[in-house]
Amino acid sequence: MKVTTYEAMTAIGQAIINNKQFLTELDAAIGDGDHGINMARGFEAVGAKLQSLGADKDIGTILKTVGMTLISSVGGASGPLYGTAFLRAASQVLGKYELDQENAGMMLAAAILGIKERGKAMRGEKTMLDALEPAYESFMAAAKAEKSLLECLELACEAARQGVEFTKTIIATKGRASYLGERSIGHQDPGATSSYIILQTLLEYSRT
Amino acid sequence: MKKIINVPEQVVEEMLQGMVLAHPQYLRRVDGFDVLVRVNSPVAGKVGLISGGGSGHEPSHAGFVGRGMLDGAIAGAVFTSPTPDQVYEAVKAVDSGSGVLLIIKNYSGDVMNFEMAAEMADADGITVDKVIVDDDVAVENSTWTSGRRGIAGTVFVHKVTGAKAETGAVLSEVKRVAEKVVANVRSMGVALGSCTVPAAGKPSFILAENEIEIGMGIHGEPGTHREVMSTADEITTHLVDKILADMPLSFGEEVAILVNGLGATPIMELYVVNRKVADLLGAQGVKVVKTYVGNYMTSLEMAGLSVSILKLDSELKELLFAQADTPALVQF
Repeated sequence: MKVTTYEAMTAIGQAIINNKQFLTELDAAIGDGDHGINMARGFEAVGAKLQSLGADKDIGTILKTVGMTLISSVGGASGPLYGTAFLRAASQVLGKYELDQENAGMMLAAAILGIKERGKAMRGEKTMLDALEPAYESFMAAAKAEKSLLECLELACEAARQGVEFTKTIIATKGRASYLGERSIGHQDPGATSSYIILQTLLEYSRT
Repeated sequence: MKKIINVPEQVVEEMLQGMVLAHPQYLRRVDGFDVLVRVNSPVAGKVGLISGGGSGHEPSHAGFVGRGMLDGAIAGAVFTSPTPDQVYEAVKAVDSGSGVLLIIKNYSGDVMNFEMAAEMADADGITVDKVIVDDDVAVENSTWTSGRRGIAGTVFVHKVTGAKAETGAVLSEVKRVAEKVVANVRSMGVALGSCTVPAAGKPSFILAENEIEIGMGIHGEPGTHREVMSTADEITTHLVDKILADMPLSFGEEVAILVNGLGATPIMELYVVNRKVADLLGAQGVKVVKTYVGNYMTSLEMAGLSVSILKLDSELKELLFAQADTPALVQF
């Protein structure tokens, strides 16, 4: 499978921007109601930055640019978290032009570790990790079963989707939603949702 | 949405321009960044004090940049923490070689962005330390939450720590004082009505006509509960009781009070509340030696207020009474 990183990132940016209102509404219910606004602002900046970078760069360089741009344009909690995630993922694929099961898995693992370190969070706290960790596990299981990269990604997305559903059933213990205690039950986590949107868009793009 | 703005995306930029035009004797803009610093930054031989956070809380924090308080303030998007590169620029602009202390309100985003900036400054050889303010007693401080939020009590941290830094004290001493203020300040707020983030275009939450939310945060985060609107005295008693339950005060102890408006509440009502705060503390034999009433840390056009109480010892009292000369707080 050959993925043009530049186009994939553009598609991801567009998906986030299209979901600005949705993500903001999810956040308004249990947080401070700015997740969609901040992420859309970040990916608009990413779009402009990538255009000036050019489409011919390697995956690592493009992802590093995405990470740096998110860090300097998003703010809030999602800026450092997604920014760190993209930077760490980038470090696994510097100079690479093609993804395979191995380096894609390493990217996911590095991104997740970065989020854990930056956010001092773990799975089960109603955060983006509740979508990303199951996605990683499914991806690795599929890779081990020698499925194609596309199939690995499909299974990862399904796990992320279930992870988002799972966040509806648990109490937030990280971020602003944690102040709600039991009142956070019934609401899906906006960060887990945006993580799922990113993976799903990557999958849809890869199918084309 | 009815707001006196041009476009939502330009609100922070245009506000910063307006602030510098209004207070040229105090403030200068760091070129290309959403950072305001003292006109004479960096001040030689002095620890630099920086705070910041999302915009929409004016006059916090740039309004407190000036002699005796902050050296610099970073303005993020409305209700959103500034990014690390912005904070890093502020650090560079105020560092005189004596180091910089970051005053951070306790929100996950603020802490992460400021920490990343500290890492960047550290790599540059600038000594940076931080203090995290978590004065809001409305939310539980437990391992199951992100800890208490930082609200209007932060202004006391700016005032007292700023006075300490102005004496030429070293970074570790300035930090010690900042942490002492944090340990002795508690706040609790109430909201009567919502606010609208310009980029969102609609109210962050809805309260019924006769409903108030006790313990509401300064970004519209939920408080402890909602109840039916009652009298100023009843609301004030509720807020003060909650503060005193967390920080008991004994007979003869000295405190400072801040009755802070959230943006849409008349100063008249803040004074009505202040009367009751003084009354309640007086009844316990607590001496109020300094009182601030006004809009110090707002939440856009939210209706409501918060009460902050700072327990004083001789050191904190002397620093609180020290001179300050800033756009939003002048004290001689």
